[in-house]
Amino acid sequence: MLTILFDGIAYGMLLFVLACGLAVTLGLMNFVNLAHGAFAMAGGYVTVVMMNRYGLSFYWCLPAAFLAAALLGAALEVTLYRRLYAAPHLDQVLFSIGLVFMAVAGIDYFMGGQQQLISLPPELSGRFSLFGVGIGRYRLFIIILCALLTIALQLTLTRTRIGSQLRAAVDDGRVARGLGINVSRIFVLTFALGSGLAGLGGALGVELLGLDPNFPLKYLIYFMIVVTIGGTSSITGPFLAALLLGVADVAGKYYLPSLGAFIIYAVMIAFLILRPHGLFTREGGK
Amino acid sequence: MSTPHSQIAAAFLRRKAAWSPLEAGLWGLALAAAFLFPSQQLLLSEIAILALFALSLDLIVGYAGILSLGHAAFFGIGAYTAGLFSLHVSAEPLAGLAASAVVAGLLGLATSFLVLRGSDLTRLMTTFGVSMLLAEGANQAAWLTGGADGLSGILLGPIAGTFDFDLWGRTGYLYSLAVLFILLLVARRIVHSPFGLSLKAIKRNSRRAAMLGIAPNRRIVVIYTISALYAGMAGALLTQTTSFVSPDVLAFHRSADVLLVLVLGGVGYLYGGIIGAVIFTLLRAWLSVVTPQYWMFWIGLILVALVVIGRDRLDPARAIALVRSRLLGRPAAKPVPLSEDGR
Repeated sequence: MLTILFDGIAYGMLLFVLACGLAVTLGLMNFVNLAHGAFAMAGGYVTVVMMNRYGLSFYWCLPAAFLAAALLGAALEVTLYRRLYAAPHLDQVLFSIGLVFMAVAGIDYFMGGQQQLISLPPELSGRFSLFGVGIGRYRLFIIILCALLTIALQLTLTRTRIGSQLRAAVDDGRVARGLGINVSRIFVLTFALGSGLAGLGGALGVELLGLDPNFPLKYLIYFMIVVTIGGTSSITGPFLAALLLGVADVAGKYYLPSLGAFIIYAVMIAFLILRPHGLFTREGGK
Repeated sequence: MSTPHSQIAAAFLRRKAAWSPLEAGLWGLALAAAFLFPSQQLLLSEIAILALFALSLDLIVGYAGILSLGHAAFFGIGAYTAGLFSLHVSAEPLAGLAASAVVAGLLGLATSFLVLRGSDLTRLMTTFGVSMLLAEGANQAAWLTGGADGLSGILLGPIAGTFDFDLWGRTGYLYSLAVLFILLLVARRIVHSPFGLSLKAIKRNSRRAAMLGIAPNRRIVVIYTISALYAGMAGALLTQTTSFVSPDVLAFHRSADVLLVLVLGGVGYLYGGIIGAVIFTLLRAWLSVVTPQYWMFWIGLILVALVVIGRDRLDPARAIALVRSRLLGRPAAKPVPLSEDGR
């Protein structure tokens, strides 16, 4: 029972790291970016290639995955995404679906369609028992890492200059620009950070979630749930939503395997009927 | 002495609803194709079915301004209903078509209340969620739907007791084309009625529409149900012309494809779906010959390019208007932006 809770929390933490970039682009900047999973997939494949083809350590792969996905995100933001911030939602949906299709087929072409596997370092594999609760070492590692990241992120957003500039730029870009804030630079940085975190999540998730070319489509719904249910007030909302989703999904798969993904979709629809703007809404945002 | 407003409005709507020679030519071509390309009938029925599916999406995206990422839900339920109907109830295709329309319409009515609330994003999520829910259901309920293997062994009787399905698929194509034609006539009637006009008002600015005495919610429910009904019939046609249903009819890529089809042809003038279906199907047939495994990449590239270049600039409706204005020497209508959310 507690083991399931623990696994669920680890899963939820991972989902949060994967989705928090989307929480900013979609939640704050109001850009419907269905291609977020593609950045996570990029991070995952960077890890797979580095570990399996060049035999590098897993710990080096994590920052590399972050950097690769962040660079990819920044490049796409400058060349493509930037033009579409003000476009109608239909355009954004079409554009990002197009990106996903390209990513799926491109990865299939270069890496093949099979499931990718990595072997974790020995100190991260296996389980140990603590007060009768079975704890997977790798899951504990994920929880600690993601908790640190979350705290850092929250502090950055609320306490630093960059954070308040971002909030200003998102709330009212024109006024922020008038105050001398370089809004487009802030957006590039934010987008890169979000993509980078997704890449890191993808690298961490190779072991837990699996990795194949359909990754962006398979987990798209999870990211979207985290963001829509979490709302856009702060990163606390998506964080709680991710934890809830993680625990619910793991518990559902354990206790009611025959129902499959039913529970997740049903819960999401119910949530959206009751609270169409998410658990927490934000004053003053557009 | 001025004419009453109602007469002016009626004249306006009637002028919009007039048939143009271009339309008649299109249908003539479609009919001729049944006899000109005897070896391509299956591809042609695929186009007709996709066109009907895109037409149903156009009713809600183009006229009511509701974004849907799960329109395949109605297509899929129509396909499954037609399959099950022919297996268990009757092999008569028209009855199966009607049954699919009813079931899909009921589902549309039930889920239409989900798209009334919230923003575009909420709508995307709920429509997506409903279609995934159905896909999961079709996958799990193997006793009913055959699970991942799908329904096979569907045998159909002759249409209305007279026209037998032939091996080459000509009957199938003419049947699909006839259904598409009739449903397009109905859709024309709907969108050129005061009801259709009020939908456009809701799309432009639903708050202002409400102030003018148009109840947005009730009208959205109606058009969403009609659209679901259309999509269900498109699904039924697919089942009846291929004699097979697989869970693929509910897959996400189908919802995405139909959006692409609609956008390729242009949103909001009914023929967009048909033009888009022709372009898309031919493109896919060609691409899957050139790069069998990776045609998805090129479809994605087209989507991205389409958006970056600008949908409005490539809109066939505007191209047609331009050509017509050149030919007839009339000034082209001023281009109207495709969607204004009032944001």
